[in-house]
Amino acid sequence: MIMSQAVVSESVAPVAMGWGDVLSQQLITGVSNGMIIAMIAIGYTMVYGIIELINFAHGDLCTLGSFLALTMVGALGMEAWAGMGGTAAVVTLLISSAVFCGALNWTIDRVAYRPLRGKPKLALLVSAIGCSFILVNIALFWGGLPMEVFGGGNQAAAPKDFPSLISNENLLGAQSAITVTWRDLFVVIVTVPLMIGLTWLVKSTRLGKAMRAVAQNPIAAALMGIDVNRVIGSTFLIGGALGGFASVIYALYNNTISFQMGYRTGMDAFTAAVLGGIGSLPGAVVGGIVIGLVRALSDGYIEARWTNSVVFGILILTLVFRPSGILGAKLREKV
Amino acid sequence: MSNNSPPVLLSVRGVSAGYGPSDVLHTVSLEVREREIVTLIGANGAGKSTTLMTISRIQKLRAGVIEFAGHNLASTPPDQVVGMGLAQVPEGRRIFPRLTVRENLEMGGFLRHDQAAMNRDLERVYALFPILKERDRQQGGTLSGGEQQMLAIGRALMSEPRMLMMDEPSMGIAPILVVRIFQAIKQLRDEGMTILLVEQNARAALRLADRGYVMETGSITLSGLGRELLDDRRVQEAYLGE
Ligand SMILES: Nc1ncnc2c1ncn2[C@@H]1O[C@H](COP(=O)(O)OP(=O)(O)O)[C@@H](O)[C@H]1O
Ligand SMILES: [Mg+2]
Repeated sequence: MIMSQAVVSESVAPVAMGWGDVLSQQLITGVSNGMIIAMIAIGYTMVYGIIELINFAHGDLCTLGSFLALTMVGALGMEAWAGMGGTAAVVTLLISSAVFCGALNWTIDRVAYRPLRGKPKLALLVSAIGCSFILVNIALFWGGLPMEVFGGGNQAAAPKDFPSLISNENLLGAQSAITVTWRDLFVVIVTVPLMIGLTWLVKSTRLGKAMRAVAQNPIAAALMGIDVNRVIGSTFLIGGALGGFASVIYALYNNTISFQMGYRTGMDAFTAAVLGGIGSLPGAVVGGIVIGLVRALSDGYIEARWTNSVVFGILILTLVFRPSGILGAKLREKV
Repeated sequence: MSNNSPPVLLSVRGVSAGYGPSDVLHTVSLEVREREIVTLIGANGAGKSTTLMTISRIQKLRAGVIEFAGHNLASTPPDQVVGMGLAQVPEGRRIFPRLTVRENLEMGGFLRHDQAAMNRDLERVYALFPILKERDRQQGGTLSGGEQQMLAIGRALMSEPRMLMMDEPSMGIAPILVVRIFQAIKQLRDEGMTILLVEQNARAALRLADRGYVMETGSITLSGLGRELLDDRRVQEAYLGE
C-alpha cells in the first residue's frame, strides 16, 4: 500500500532543499503520478459515460497488465537489453500490456456485463465487483508462480520488484536540489500523446461519434444504425488498453507492483474520475492530476499514512457538495 | 385490394411483444403500402410505441412476422433495420442533447458513405426546416421542443429511408409548430415517402392519412380509410371527443 511513496522519497536529491525546492519536487512527483492516475481514471469514466457502470474491475485489470509486463521482462531477459534495446523493451511492454488489457476488458464486458444489459443496474454492479475479486485472485495466483523475476519473493501477496528499465539519473545534474528524471519525462511523453489521441478519436472519428451517441441515448443510437453492443465493446477495449499502458508506466515509474496495486491506484483513479466529473474525459485528466498533486502534497506536508484519508475525504466531499465534479456541470460531454 | 394498388412495403402479421411476463401486444397485424401514409391511433398506453419499437427490432418479437420490402426482420438487429431503409422518429424525439444540430443530422447518416449524397440530403433537410440551418452549430439540447422534433425528423431522413415511422411528432409542441410539422409530413408524402404515423391527435392524423388503424390495449380493433374512420361513431366517441 505504501510502495510508490517509498520509492519516490528515495529519489529525492541528496542536496539540502529549501522550501521552494521541496514544493517543486512534490509538484513534479505529483504531476507524474497524477498522469498515471488520469490514464486509469479515463477507463472508469469512459465506461461510466457509456453504460453508467462503475467498473470496479478496472483497477484490477491494470494489476494484471503490470504482472504481464513483469513476466515478459523475465521471460525475454529485458534487463539485459541495453541502449536502444532498452527503448525497445519499454515499447514492447507498453504495447503488449495495452493489447492484453484491452482484450481482457473487452472479454469481461462480453461475458459478464453484456448479458445483463437491460436488467436492473444493481445486477451489473454486482457483476463488476465479482469480476474485481476474480482478477485480484488471478493476480495473487500469478504472483505465487515460481518465477525468478519475481524479486521480492514469490510469496503470492509479496510486492514484486520491477526492474529499473528507465534511468533514474537526475536530468538537471547531480548537484541540483530538484530531481527530474527520465522517468518523469517518460510518463509525460507516453501519456500526453495518448490523451490527445483519445480526445481526437472521441471528437472526430466515426467510432468516437458513435460512442458519444450511445452515451447520450442508446436507443436513438440504435435507430441511427449504430451497433450499440459493438460500440460498448470498443469502449471497453480502448479503456482497457489505456489501463494497460498505465500499468506499465506505473511499474516502470515506481519499480514495484503487487496484487493490490489495482485496488489502491484504482481507488485514486476512481476518485479522480468522480472529482473531475464522472463521464467527462477532460474531467478525468484534471481529476487525475489533482489527486496526484494532493497525494504528493499530503505525503510531503502531512504524513504519508494520512494520504488515503485525505483522498477519500475528497471523494466524500465531492459526492456531497458537487456530485457532478469539477468539470461535470459545464462540460457534460460524456465519454 | 385491387390489382393496381401499390405493393406492400411493411407487413406486420400476428405480432406479440411485451416487457414483463405478459404480452403488451396481442397478435397485431397491419400493413403499409408504398407511398401511403398510414396512421395508428389509440389511447395512451395502448401499445403504439411498443409496436414501432418492435418493428424497429429494439423490442423483442415474441410471436408473429414482420416483413419489410420482402425481408423477414425476425433476426435482424436494429442497426440493420435502418440500413434496409426503415427509419423511426421515436417518441419523445431522443435527439442527442450534447451533439450539435449538424452532428445530430450526421448521426442519421451513420451507415452511409457517399459524402456528396449526404451533403445533398443535408441541404434538403435544411430546406424542409430552415430553423435547423440557423441553429446548426448549437447543441441539440438547447433547441425548443418543436425544433427538436424537426431535428429528429431531419435526422431520420438523413438515413435515406424508404419508409418513415413517426411516433407522436406533435406531442408537447406549440400548436404553430404542430402545423409546421404536419405540413412537412405532407410534403414528404408528396415527394414519395411512405409513412406510418402514430398520433394522439387523431383528427389531424386521420385527415392526413390514406388509411388508419385503431389500437386498444394491444390489439387492432378497427381499420379503414382515413375518411371512413373520421366518420365512424366509435372513433368519434373515443378519439375525436364528439
Ligand atoms: N419500458 C417499459 N417497461 C415496461 N412496460 C412498458 C414499457 N414501455 C411501455 N410499457 C407498457 O406497455 C404498454 C404500452 O405502452 P406504449 O407502447 O408506450 O403505449 P402507447 O405508445 O400506445 O402510449 C403500457 O401499458 C405501458 O405501461
Ligand atoms: Mg407512445
